[in-house]
Amino acid sequence: MSRSHMQSLGDSQPVLVDAVRSPFGKSGSLYVNTRADDIMVRVLRGLLERNPQLSPSAIDDVAIAAATQAGDQGMNIGRSASLLAGIPNTVPGYSIDRWCAGAMTSVTTLAGAIAAGAYDIAVAGGVEHMGNHPIGEGMDPNPRYLAEKIVDQDALAMGSTAERLHDKFPHLTKERADKFALSSQMKTAAAYAAGEIQRDLIPVAVRSAELGYGIATVDEPPRPTTTMEGLAALKTPFRPAGRVTAGNSSGLNDGATAAIIASAGKAKELGLPVKAKMVSFAFAGVEPEIMGYGPVPSTIKALEKAGLSIGEIGLFEINEAFAVQVLSFLDHFGIGDDDARVNIHGGAIAVGHPLASSGIRLMLNLARGFEKHPEVQYGITTMCIGLGMGGTVIWENPHFTQKAGA
Amino acid sequence: MVDITNPDEVITQALLREVDLTPFGFAGSLALITLDNGMDHTRPNTFGPGSLEKLNEAITAALASSASAIAITGKPFIFAAGADLSALSLLSNRDQALAIGKLGHDVFRRLGESTKPTFAFINGLALGGGLEVGLHCHYRTLAATAFTGLPEVFLGLVPGWGGATILPKLIGPTNAVQVIMLNALNNNTMMKAKDALALGVTDAVFAPADFLENSVAFAATVLSGKKKIERNDFSADDEAWTSALATGRAAMNKKYGGAQLPSPTKALELIAAARTASLSEGFDAEDQVLADLTMSDSLRASLYSFNLIQKKRKKVEGAPKPALARKVTKVGVVGAGLMASQLALIMMRNLKVPVVITDLDQERVDKGLAYIHGEIAKLVEKRRLSPEAAARLTTLISGSTSKSVYADCNFVIEAIFEELSLKQKLFTELESIVSEECVLATNTSSLSVEKMAQGLKHPERVIGFHFFNPVAIMPLLEVARTTSTDDATTATAISVGKELKKTMVIVKDAPAFVVNRLLTRFMGEITDAIDEGTPYDVADVAMKPLGLPMTSLELLGLVGPGVALHVAETLHHNLGERYRISPTMQRFVEKGVRTFYIKGADGKQIPNPDALALVEKGTSPSTAEAVRTRALKALAQEARMMLDEGVVSTPAEIDICMLLGSGWPMHLGGILPYLDREGISEEVTGQRFHPAGVASLPQI
Repeated sequence: MSRSHMQSLGDSQPVLVDAVRSPFGKSGSLYVNTRADDIMVRVLRGLLERNPQLSPSAIDDVAIAAATQAGDQGMNIGRSASLLAGIPNTVPGYSIDRWCAGAMTSVTTLAGAIAAGAYDIAVAGGVEHMGNHPIGEGMDPNPRYLAEKIVDQDALAMGSTAERLHDKFPHLTKERADKFALSSQMKTAAAYAAGEIQRDLIPVAVRSAELGYGIATVDEPPRPTTTMEGLAALKTPFRPAGRVTAGNSSGLNDGATAAIIASAGKAKELGLPVKAKMVSFAFAGVEPEIMGYGPVPSTIKALEKAGLSIGEIGLFEINEAFAVQVLSFLDHFGIGDDDARVNIHGGAIAVGHPLASSGIRLMLNLARGFEKHPEVQYGITTMCIGLGMGGTVIWENPHFTQKAGA
Repeated sequence: MVDITNPDEVITQALLREVDLTPFGFAGSLALITLDNGMDHTRPNTFGPGSLEKLNEAITAALASSASAIAITGKPFIFAAGADLSALSLLSNRDQALAIGKLGHDVFRRLGESTKPTFAFINGLALGGGLEVGLHCHYRTLAATAFTGLPEVFLGLVPGWGGATILPKLIGPTNAVQVIMLNALNNNTMMKAKDALALGVTDAVFAPADFLENSVAFAATVLSGKKKIERNDFSADDEAWTSALATGRAAMNKKYGGAQLPSPTKALELIAAARTASLSEGFDAEDQVLADLTMSDSLRASLYSFNLIQKKRKKVEGAPKPALARKVTKVGVVGAGLMASQLALIMMRNLKVPVVITDLDQERVDKGLAYIHGEIAKLVEKRRLSPEAAARLTTLISGSTSKSVYADCNFVIEAIFEELSLKQKLFTELESIVSEECVLATNTSSLSVEKMAQGLKHPERVIGFHFFNPVAIMPLLEVARTTSTDDATTATAISVGKELKKTMVIVKDAPAFVVNRLLTRFMGEITDAIDEGTPYDVADVAMKPLGLPMTSLELLGLVGPGVALHVAETLHHNLGERYRISPTMQRFVEKGVRTFYIKGADGKQIPNPDALALVEKGTSPSTAEAVRTRALKALAQEARMMLDEGVVSTPAEIDICMLLGSGWPMHLGGILPYLDREGISEEVTGQRFHPAGVASLPQI
């Protein structure tokens, strides 16, 4: 049995205690009159309400990610959301940015501090209101990027990087991408029907000029009536005769996520549940033009750190920024497009991808998968990151029973 | 059908959407009505006829929907601030007044009579009709930071959209009297959420951060039967009803000096009736009372007063451009007596700049500083000030016996003994110490500011800055300009006054300005009547029907006979014989009698035997009626003279002075609307002060 560095830490091993999220909205719709920080605050309060054994004053730090750190996602959103949530002002907070992997980086950074013995328990989170902050807002790319050909023009438009992946791997066809997208919608619809997703959603008050106040309790983006024919008919906005469509990509979304990360010892001391135990994590870079390929090298690195092989991974939560990006990952590791271990409740193509918040959504899906699959010992959460990166976290299932696995 | 539409009404929309309660553990949905007038929190939701119609439509739709229950909430920070008062002032006949009362009931009661459970999610400010709509609902939740209340009796109305009937039944007579009477009469005190919860006005309180989410969850637990809200029946508790109503009456008597004013009297009657009346009977009675009150001059005067106070708080009539104001970075207060110390305290608390006081000897300076430090400590004790803020204030105050400490002040105010020659000498001395632009202000109550500035090199920087006692509480500040006061000085003084959060009236430098001149004239008529032989208890209660906060002789005790006599003498000297010098008052001062009334053995007020012995024994007594007429005529004459002399520019300035400077009640409109409606203005001056309809019923 392999033992990673983190697994050897005993009481200092970082664990996922709990994770929750807001319902995700389509930008310009569900949360059009709701502030990003208000969504984040509500999720933080919901998380703490669910875990009354944790006294908020015991939290060592609050790390919140946002890809755009301005306006209602600015002012050091970690500190600001924490104060607005009523967490005691003695608890510090900071903001994190690694674009799409923001929340994932919140978790890994806090886990690093826990592993080092600096922290015992901390709150990670991520928020993105892409309606209030369109992707690339306030960006001012250095002219050297293009002048010196440090990156290609395509590297700065995420849809174009997905097209470039199709170029690189011609056998990953549009049809395969659409099929994967359809399956994501179907799996999400099934998970909703089974009540799997709702239980981790924190209701959020919303307001519109026409309808007044309401409460968001379910994701807005899913399209359970999606068909292959419908997907085939969609436009390819990133290039003529392209392969990337709104149907086989995640959309523009608003939402927030939060998680409690603790040392195994602290979780035990406070009587907190453990939903997943961190084994290793890694981030890695690739050419920015094919940023969707990032999870491949980051996963290889994380597996090495864990001393595991890909075959030992029983559940995969891969962020579906684009179907082709998931396919390129599966293809690399020789996993089938429809492998049952992958994204058991569907993914971002169905529920949406509010950039910096998505990392924790992957973790909470994996945690639910661990509960249902005690025969699985290891799972991974992984995602691609703009400007050519990938991030991977490998987790161990606390419910794992040798017997079930045998 | 009576037409009550108001084309200028800001309509509060009643937006409707269905909220699924399944995620909250109840298989059903909630029809959620949001009150929203489309503006920000500075223009709260209100209910005029158009808004009531919108709510009516939303309730109809909600009842017809598949929703299992109905809830109503507000826009951010505001639930609803009650009836649209601007519309009330437009109503010109009783049928309209009756119709608007009925319309409110007809709409709101549907929430009470609904067979679907109804909830009010009071997310923010809820006043008057705003709270009443919530009271009709079967259940209420309240945001922890929301203020609520029924200010109707404060305004001269009754909670007539169900409040006066529902509340006593819901929370009992004692708590209902607290909310409807005591809070309203205590300067319109609003309830904090914890008070509302303790009184039973709300069933639950939730933090504002997720108020709506928790309120919806609360509704789901009530609907699913997981939570039961118990209601009490208070009707059998004889003693509670008797004592509550007595408490209400006592509060009214205290506030209005024993006058039986219609609004609090009727409010008590409605509360009493609620014990046995059905809701329908109660609502009908409310309609009648509301219609009567709405069609009364005293309500119109109250609304005029209310609007005047709001308006004058923001805008100072005749003020120069604020940009002309010079920065004030250090304040000097001359004198270390009680008034000076109060001035120093309010200056440092609000301006947060160094304040320096001086007096003739170190002992007096130390006494002044000790008073200020003591007041700061009291504020910390009462948690009105943090220890850090107190420490900051403590570093700001200093005292000296040398006036050289004023050298770098930009604003120096004097509060020394009321004698012109002393003040003239002081200003001359100050001029040799301070910069050319330093404002020299005087807190004199009756001396000529003009004369104080005479002979100065820079008389343009002298201004009157007249506070009322107690300085921290009384909201009025009379700003007196001389013929040479320049705009920069006035603008600087006004900017200081704004920082002090005072309502200011710019007055011409004239003896005793506005408040003291009118009060002295008025009190003079009462003391004259006593001197002429009218028994003190006849003369002193003559004004009782007006509902003044205290009688003339009670006021005398507060001001002190010395000050009163001094002001009377100054006015007698400057304005003439109509200001008489009372021999009684002279003897009071001579013999050191400070108050006319003292506390008797049983704690009740009795006349001071020392004072009674000194009263002039005249031989031509008057009736109370005659004393009242005489005093009111004197007020009308004096007010008209002040307007003719240009002491102030409009009648409204006189009214605001009486409302805020002497605490005269809103139903008098300050004073001039009352003199108009009693016909006294026209009898004495041949004209009204305000056109009919401004602070009275419109004439049709």
